[in-house]
Amino acid sequence: MILLELFLSFVQIGLFSFGGGYAALPLIQQQVVDNHAWLSMTEFTNLITISQMTPGPIAINSATFVGIKIAGIPGAVVATLGCVLPSCIIVTIIAKLYLKYRNMAMLQGILHSLRPAVVALIGSAGISVLQSAFWGTGAISLSQINWVMVVIFALCLIPLLKTKVNPVWVMLGAGVVNLLVKLVMKAG
Amino acid sequence: MENKRKLLLKLFISTFYLSAFTFGGGYVIITLMNKKFVDELHWIDKDEMLDLTAIAQSAPGPIAVNGAIVVGYKLAGLVGALVASLATVLPPFIIISVISAFYSAFRDNFIIASLLEGMQAGVGAVIAAVVWQMASGIVKGKDKFSDVIMVLAFLAACVFQVNVVVIILICGCIGVIRTKWDHRPEGGKKG
Repeated sequence: MILLELFLSFVQIGLFSFGGGYAALPLIQQQVVDNHAWLSMTEFTNLITISQMTPGPIAINSATFVGIKIAGIPGAVVATLGCVLPSCIIVTIIAKLYLKYRNMAMLQGILHSLRPAVVALIGSAGISVLQSAFWGTGAISLSQINWVMVVIFALCLIPLLKTKVNPVWVMLGAGVVNLLVKLVMKAG
Repeated sequence: MENKRKLLLKLFISTFYLSAFTFGGGYVIITLMNKKFVDELHWIDKDEMLDLTAIAQSAPGPIAVNGAIVVGYKLAGLVGALVASLATVLPPFIIISVISAFYSAFRDNFIIASLLEGMQAGVGAVIAAVVWQMASGIVKGKDKFSDVIMVLAFLAACVFQVNVVVIILICGCIGVIRTKWDHRPEGGKKG
C-alpha cells in the first residue's frame, strides 16, 4: 500500500504545482514532511540542496529520492510516474485545445491570480527551511539559535541579491564556511 | 513509418540531452528547447513555440516536463509526448538514484555532514532571495489585488497552516472569476 500512497502523494504534487521552479516546494513539504513524515525537515532541506546542484525539476528529483528511501527503485518509479502523470494528461488536453482554438486567455488569467499565492507559499516553505537550518530539530528560541548558520545565511544573501552569481556557488561556499568553522572548533 | 521512428528517436535523444545537461530549472530548458527545435532543427515555427511555451508554463507540473510534452505532442502526437517526457524524466531519475546511494553512505561522514549543514543556510538564502525578487516583481506590477492575494496566502499558509492545495484551488477560482469579469461582453475595464 506504500506504493499507492507514494503514487497519490506525488500525483497531488504534480497536479497542484503551478509556475515551475520552486513552486513545487510547499507541496512537496506538505506531502513528504508534514503529512507522511517520509523525510525530516533536515533531509528535505538536503534534498533541495542536492536538487540545486543536479539537473532536472525538483519535483522529479524529490520523487526519485523519496521513492527510493521509502520503497526502493519500485518506489522511485511509482512516485516519478505519479508526479508526471497530471502533466501528461493536462498538458496534452490543453495543447489539443490550443492547436484547435488558439486561445489562452482563461489559462493565463488563472495563472495571473495564482502567481502571487505561489510566491507566498514558496516564502512559507522557505521559512520552514530556515527554521530547520537555524534551530535543527530543537525548540525555537533565541537561546537555542545556531548563530554560525545565521551569519552564513546573511553572508549568502549579499551576493545573491547584489550579483548574478550562480546560486550553486553560494551554497557550496556556505557549506565550506561551515566546515571550516567546525574544523576550527574541533581543533580549539 | 521509418521516418516517424527516426523522428521519435531524434526527439528522444534531443530531449534526453537537454534534460541531462540543463542546470537552473524549467525556464532555462524551455529557452534551450526553443534553440534546438526552432532555430536548429526548424521543426516548429517561432510563434507557435511561444504559445507552446505559454502552455508549458501555465499548466501544473514541472515546466521542463510540460515543455517536453507540448513539443513532443506537436511533433508526433501522443506517442511523441510520451517519448519526450520519458526522455526528460530519465536523466534526473538516474542521477538522483545514484546520489541516493551515496547520500545514505556518506551523510554521517564529518566533512559531508558539515558541508550539508552549512548548505542548509545557503539554500535558505537562495530561497529567500528568489522570494524577495518574485515578491518585488508582484508589488511593482501595481495590481493591488495581487498584493492582497500574496499577503492573505502567506498568512493562510504560515500562520493558520491552511492546506497548500486549498490555497491554490481558492486562488485558481478567483482567477477564473476575475478573467470572466475582465472579458465580460459589455467590455469591462482591464484588471
